[in-house]
Parts: sequence; structure tokens; C-alpha cells
Amino acid sequence: MTGIEQIAAAFAGHGKRAALMPYLMAGFPDLDSSRRIGLAAADAGADLLELGVPFSDPLADGPMIHMAGTRALEAGVHTAEVLALARELAPAAPLVLMCYANPILARGVERFADELAAAGASGLIVPDLPLEEAPAVAGACEDRGLALVPLVAPTTPDDRLEAIGRRARGFLYAVSLLGTTGERHGLADSFASVVARAAAHTDVPVAVGFGIATGAHAVEAARAGADGVIVGSRLIRAAAEAHDRGEDPAPSVGAVVEELAAALATEPSR
Amino acid sequence: MSTEAIEHRFGPYGGQYVPETLMPALAELEAAWEQARRDPQFTDELDRLLGDYAGRPTPLYLAARVSDVVGHPVYLKREDLMHTGSHKLNNALGQCLLARRMGKRRVIAETGAGQHGVAAATACALLDLECVVYMGSEDIRRQAPNVQRMDLLGATVHTVETGARTLKEAVSAAIRDWVANVEDSHYAIGSAVGPAPYPALVRDLQRVIGDEARAQILEREGRLPERVIACVGGGSNSIGMFRAFYEDAEVALVGVEAAGEGLDSTRHGAPLTAGGRPGVLHGSLSAVLQDEDGQILEAHSISAGLDYPGAGPEHAFLRDSGRARYVAVTDRDALDAFARLSRLEGIVPALEPAHALHWALANPHAELDLICLSGRGDKDLAQVREARGDDGPAPR
Repeated sequence: MTGIEQIAAAFAGHGKRAALMPYLMAGFPDLDSSRRIGLAAADAGADLLELGVPFSDPLADGPMIHMAGTRALEAGVHTAEVLALARELAPAAPLVLMCYANPILARGVERFADELAAAGASGLIVPDLPLEEAPAVAGACEDRGLALVPLVAPTTPDDRLEAIGRRARGFLYAVSLLGTTGERHGLADSFASVVARAAAHTDVPVAVGFGIATGAHAVEAARAGADGVIVGSRLIRAAAEAHDRGEDPAPSVGAVVEELAAALATEPSR
Repeated sequence: MSTEAIEHRFGPYGGQYVPETLMPALAELEAAWEQARRDPQFTDELDRLLGDYAGRPTPLYLAARVSDVVGHPVYLKREDLMHTGSHKLNNALGQCLLARRMGKRRVIAETGAGQHGVAAATACALLDLECVVYMGSEDIRRQAPNVQRMDLLGATVHTVETGARTLKEAVSAAIRDWVANVEDSHYAIGSAVGPAPYPALVRDLQRVIGDEARAQILEREGRLPERVIACVGGGSNSIGMFRAFYEDAEVALVGVEAAGEGLDSTRHGAPLTAGGRPGVLHGSLSAVLQDEDGQILEAHSISAGLDYPGAGPEHAFLRDSGRARYVAVTDRDALDAFARLSRLEGIVPALEPAHALHWALANPHAELDLICLSGRGDKDLAQVREARGDDGPAPR
């Protein structure tokens, strides 16, 4: 099965109201803990895993994910180790790598795609690679059956949404709000409309992320028509708090993922 | 004002490596600039403000005692005499007028040395716009007078505590603010960096420096300079200066970066001089200091305005094409030039153009030099004193 097919199967067969996609930062709080966090998330009901590659200048991320990436880099985590981690986690759930453009360019687009495919990953999200800059990476992914997952935002006009939606592979990532990643008290007003507009302009599933932190948010996202929900900062916070208490972060993250999965299971499967 | 196509790429460099949320805003900005630069109402207002308010044209000054030292005439383009004390106001006025034209009442800016922050705060006060400035805490420490000026001008200064707490992190924080507030805010970037159309927009707003200087030196000397020399952090004063001389093949263009504690150390701010693989920083592909994995490295320079690991994409293109050359000057040598210009000419330069001055003094084999004195040095007094490890002026 190609990566694109693995993602399609995960969206088709999760048995929940929407697929649950936890985000974890590679190397936070350390490499081995992040491996166990990924496995715990998969055990707790994750349908796909999003693995973040730490980057020095994460423009799309709020303070929580920025902090996690900074700490991973300070601990000396390199791209090669992140790819090795992807290889360990991919058997547990279809894995999508979230990586800013420069680490990909630095490694070389073709080499990066080769190594990503060899690790058994299914796809790639590049938050600072809009449609206009994407062709080389999109081609390299396509050649290897990997999904290059594009993002759309509340500001994206319909004609542009259509162009992005047509090129989406795996799923389309709908950014729920104007802003960076991070927990919010409630979902933004823009949230339901961006999900609906995204769904109207693509044939692939739509997963929504940014600001989704609770089971109630996840259910609301599913009701709005999202095929998947992505939860990041909430899980990073769970890991950070456990780590700071001197505890193993994996069970703490697993418990939050379990809550989210349970919330999504309260609705009948479509 | 230029009416050529607004470049997205300079050779392989430039582009728009930003979150999708910002793409429509970049298109809106480009369209607004495309219209505004052809609209006499806009250009007349900008020209009037640059004249009556900001003090343009700035003088071209024949630095007689510096000329004696090097053995040939050296002219200084006196951007230090602009209102607010540096060339930054050329760009800030243009971008804030553009923000108002787009109906955006809130302006976001980043600042390193504080000069762009002050310029943006000034233009916003003048045009009755809200101004939010991001500044690293390390820069706040070393450029305290400019922080007080921004406050007085009504701007809100946000302290940035991430990374090395300098310009790179301030730009990142400003971009994150813009992502969250893109509908009512304009990001007035301070240098010729960032995603398209910023590098072209900032260059076009700064080329008034070079256009004036070229006409002034022709009038004074009846010829073009042999060398045009300007400091490069992000590279806005230099690109504004260089742009006027692109077609003058006999004029050498020299960009002077910060060598910090030395190019062989890791503590410098000279990505163009150091070479290496290009990379993406703050939305464009250009020369950048990075490690093997593509992580952006921290820069170092005694001058906060050059303390940046990237450079504008057009500079990378000018370097590769051979039209401009890039060199680097250390902290120590910039401090030396800072003191020498003060004593020789009674002009206290900013530490940023002190780098360009030092290179000209150390490489005297030329017939006629034009140096961009991009700003004045009042803001740097505490920093210079700290670097010299004393409490007052050195005895002669």
C-alpha cells in the first residue's frame, strides 16, 4: 500500500465520528519519550500520527509547540534521528511528518522524500510551502506514493481553495482560525465555514487543526463536517507537565488521546 | 517610482515561503502597491512627506578629512540627517501610507537597532495608525533610547524572549502577529527581506537614496563614483543605494556585512560573504546562516541592525551575478571606524554604517567613493561604551 492509500484507509476505517490525529514533537521532551508518546497515542485510539520536526523558526506555531521544538533542538535532535523515529512509529499508525521547508531543502528534496518513504511514512505537511512553492516537493512525494498534504486557511478565497483542493493528496488540512497553533477557549467563528468550504473544493478528506484541544471541540469539528481532527498543543502541554513533575509523559498524553477518542466515539459512525 | 514588474524571484532567490493564511494578504499588498505606485495622488503625498516632513533630499557631503586619510574624495550620503535619524523612515512612510490606503488601521513592525521601530512608530503617529513593534529583549537592553522614543510616539513595544532575543526572533514574532491579525493589520517589514512582494517593495521605497546620491555626485564631480559602499544587514539601505547604479557597469557595488568576532568564528552576521547553501528564512530563499539540518543559526554583531542571519534575496542574486561584491568587517573594526568618523568629521555614525566606513578606510585604493551613512550613532553610545569597557570617552 502506498502512503496515500494508507491515509485513505485510515480515514475510511476509523469507526469514529472523525479520524483522530494527535501531533507530537519529535525529540520532546527527549527522543525516547517522544517514541513512547507516539506509541501510547496510537494505543489510545489515534487513527493517524502527525510527527513534528523541530525547527528553529516555526512561523506557524504558537508558544507551546515552539517551546517543544526549541527544547528538542537544544537537546541535539537532528533530522536523521527524526526520520529514524518515524520509522519506529509508522507501523503503529499511518504517519504524516510535519516539517518546515528549510530542513527539507537543506537535505535535498529528493533525498528527503526517499528517506521519508524508506521510513514507512505516509505523508508530509509543510506549513510554509504554499501552492506556488510546492511543485518540487509535490512531485517528489507523488513519485513515491507519499501524500503532500496542503493547508487552507479562513483567508483562502474560493478560487485558490479550488486549486489547492485539486492538488491535495491524502487529506486537506483546514486551519480553523487566523493565528498560530495553540489551545483556545473555544473554536473560532471562522471554523465551521472553513471546514465546509474546504470540503466543497476537494475530493480528499478534510482534517481540521489549530486550536482543537478538547473532546467537545473535536465533536464540534466532526459535526461541522470535518473528516479528521488534529490535536497538538494540548498534547504537548500534557507531555511538558508530566515531564516537569518528573513523570513519564507517555501515559499522560495517552490519557488525553483516550479522552478525545472517547468523545469522538459518542457519535455514531457515518 | 518604478513601474517595472514586481519581482517574486531574483534568479533562484526570493519566493513566498509563508503559511497559507498570509498568501491572500501578500497578493492584496502586491496589488495595492502596483496601483499606488502609478497613482499620482499616492506618489505626490509620499514625495511631499519625504520632503517637508522627513527632510529629503538628504545632503551629499564631501568628507574632507576622511578623503585626506585615504587619498581620494569620499562622499557620504547623509541618511543620518533624515528625521528619526536613519534611512528607515523612507520605507516606513511608504508602507504606512500603503496600509492606510488598504484600510488597515493597525501596523506591525519588528526592529533590531530600534531605528525601523522608531520610523514605523513615527509614520503611524503622523498617519493616525495603531503601531505594534516587536523587539528582542537583548536589543531592548542595548538600544534603550529607541525604546523610549517608540513609547513616546504611542507605539506598543512587545518584548521578544525567544532564541537569542534579537532581530531574527523579532521578525518571527511580528509574522506570527500578522498571521493572527491579517485582516485589519499591515506588516511593515523594515528591510528588503521577507516574502514577495516585500523585497521589491522595500527596495523601491529606498531607491530614493541612490537616485538622489547618483544625481548629486554627478553634479559635484561630473562623474560617477568608482565604488558605492553600504552596510548590509537585511540590506535595505544598500539595495536602495545600489539600485540606482545597476546599469552603470563602471561603478563597483560593495556590500559590507558584519563579521562580528570573525568569519572563522561562528559569531558573525555575514551570510552573503560566508557563502554556503541558500536557505529559507522569514519567507524567502536567500543567503542564510544555517547548520547541516537547515536549522537557522543565531547571528552576532555588535550592531543590532546587522545582527541577522539572513540577507535580502536580491543581494544574493547580485552576489551570484557578480554585479555586487560582499565583504565583512568585525565588531572591533566597526568600533574603530565609529570613533574615527566622530573625531575626523564631527559625525557620530551608527554602528551599522561604521562597518561600511571601516571597509573604505581599510581599502583606500580607489579614485572616488560614495558611502551610505545610513544612520546616526546616538542610539549606540551605551553599547560602544560597554564594548570599550569604560565609562566615558577614551583619552586621545
